[in-house]
Amino acid sequence: MCGIVGIYLKSRKFEKDLGKFLSGMLVNMESRGPDSAGFAIYKKEKKEEFKYSICINNLAFEKFKKDISIKMKFSTILKNSDHVILSSKEKPKKILSILNEFKGVSLIGYGKSIEIFKQIGNPRDIVKKFNLENFSGTHGIGHTRMATESAITTDGSHPYSTGSDECLVHNGSLSNHNNLRRDLTKKGVYFKSENDTEVAAGYISNHLSNKKNLKDTLKSGLSDLDGFYTFITGTRKGFAIVRDEIACKPAVVAETKDYVAIASEFQAMAHLPGVNMAKIFEPEPGIVYSWGN
Amino acid sequence: MKLDLKKLKLRKVNETLQSIDPKRNNKNYTILNPEGNHAICAGLTDDIDITVKGHVGYYCGGMNQNANITVEGNVGTGVAENMMSGKIHVKGNASQSAGATAHGGFLIIDGDASSRCGISMKGIDIVVKGSVGHMSAFMAQSGNLIVCGNAGEALGDSLYETDIYIKGKVKSLGADCIEKKMDNKHLKKLDKLLKKAKLDKVKPKDFKRYGSARKLYNFKIDNVSSY
Repeated sequence: MCGIVGIYLKSRKFEKDLGKFLSGMLVNMESRGPDSAGFAIYKKEKKEEFKYSICINNLAFEKFKKDISIKMKFSTILKNSDHVILSSKEKPKKILSILNEFKGVSLIGYGKSIEIFKQIGNPRDIVKKFNLENFSGTHGIGHTRMATESAITTDGSHPYSTGSDECLVHNGSLSNHNNLRRDLTKKGVYFKSENDTEVAAGYISNHLSNKKNLKDTLKSGLSDLDGFYTFITGTRKGFAIVRDEIACKPAVVAETKDYVAIASEFQAMAHLPGVNMAKIFEPEPGIVYSWGN
Repeated sequence: MKLDLKKLKLRKVNETLQSIDPKRNNKNYTILNPEGNHAICAGLTDDIDITVKGHVGYYCGGMNQNANITVEGNVGTGVAENMMSGKIHVKGNASQSAGATAHGGFLIIDGDASSRCGISMKGIDIVVKGSVGHMSAFMAQSGNLIVCGNAGEALGDSLYETDIYIKGKVKSLGADCIEKKMDNKHLKKLDKLLKKAKLDKVKPKDFKRYGSARKLYNFKIDNVSSY
């Protein structure tokens, strides 16, 4: 099943409320995904540094901070529950090899603006754990997972990010992910899990790094990705949604002058201001809808 | 009587509507703050009038018998699913599988209905004032599907004996679905259903009729060796 949500602010009016909106959306999608939850928040970028979202799981923060400061330079390291946001000028490749030396620590995502948090557990607990309500930003996407294709682990949770400021959430299942994973691995894409969505994220990032735009990438995905899906993809500038051509997996969009909200079900967005007066529609099958990109 | 879903649990609201004492109870109900909840007004059996003020979730009015339900908003997947009788009027748009497997009653959708509208319908009459999505009337068995707008791909795929009337364009017909001649009997039936949906100005002759070619589901003696 799984629940997917996203919100993109068209004006600055609600930037401070973004976390609150997204938190309510995730909690309302608990019924579609009680196994794990996660979210990506895009903040207004201030500096040219990379922000690395790292899950340190059971490792003590002070120990991690001490150990990593020996291995690399960074400007700030901020703890949020069992996640860490590390700001540094160091390139992703180097960070990845450094983090590989830490057991039980994984890089969830990176970019100039994105911060990703995900963990196993009930969405209600996850949003509380990371204080999502206090986040501000320009846009965000989230996911509540009912595990089907792979185990209930942090690495099996969404959102998936395999490129700078890129992330993906998915409702559905892919059937050709093993073949596609092999092809992409040959092209240098690195995968951490057996999960189907991670392959789709890798596919999208691979296309984007080959200078294709998001819309064309998702369009080519319609023929390359076999299975059922509604995808929401986030980039630094905005987000996009696409449903496979059979369109079994639901999606509803509500657009007002202030925001665009996407969710698996309307009830996820029933708490948003003015949503009853919003333009509400279902994305048509096989058509890419994009905002801000 | 007003039933506010911000104050009452959905189960309480549905229980109230499912256990009407015709001598004592009010026959008019308004549901406030539906907020996309699922299964609102499911399993009703009495001749009562209900207005839902807002957008609802899945399976609204499912299995309905006799009740007259009006939704002043959009509906999620499977509105009027397996409806037996009564009427459901959606003033907004409907998601996929509207009127799925419904045996009877009347479903009116003022806006559009998305994919698989009337899937496996078994006797319901559905009037969509807007358009319907792909695979509408898939395996539909009986009843009438009337669409004032356009129909998506694979209309009436694997169709049995449902009559489909489309005023706009049909993107493509599904397996065993063909355009059929509209004779007086059909014009009369269509006119009656359009009037029932208060579409007095819409002319039956502007519609095209589609139905089953009856090549898929009839047993042919020539094929006996294949079994």
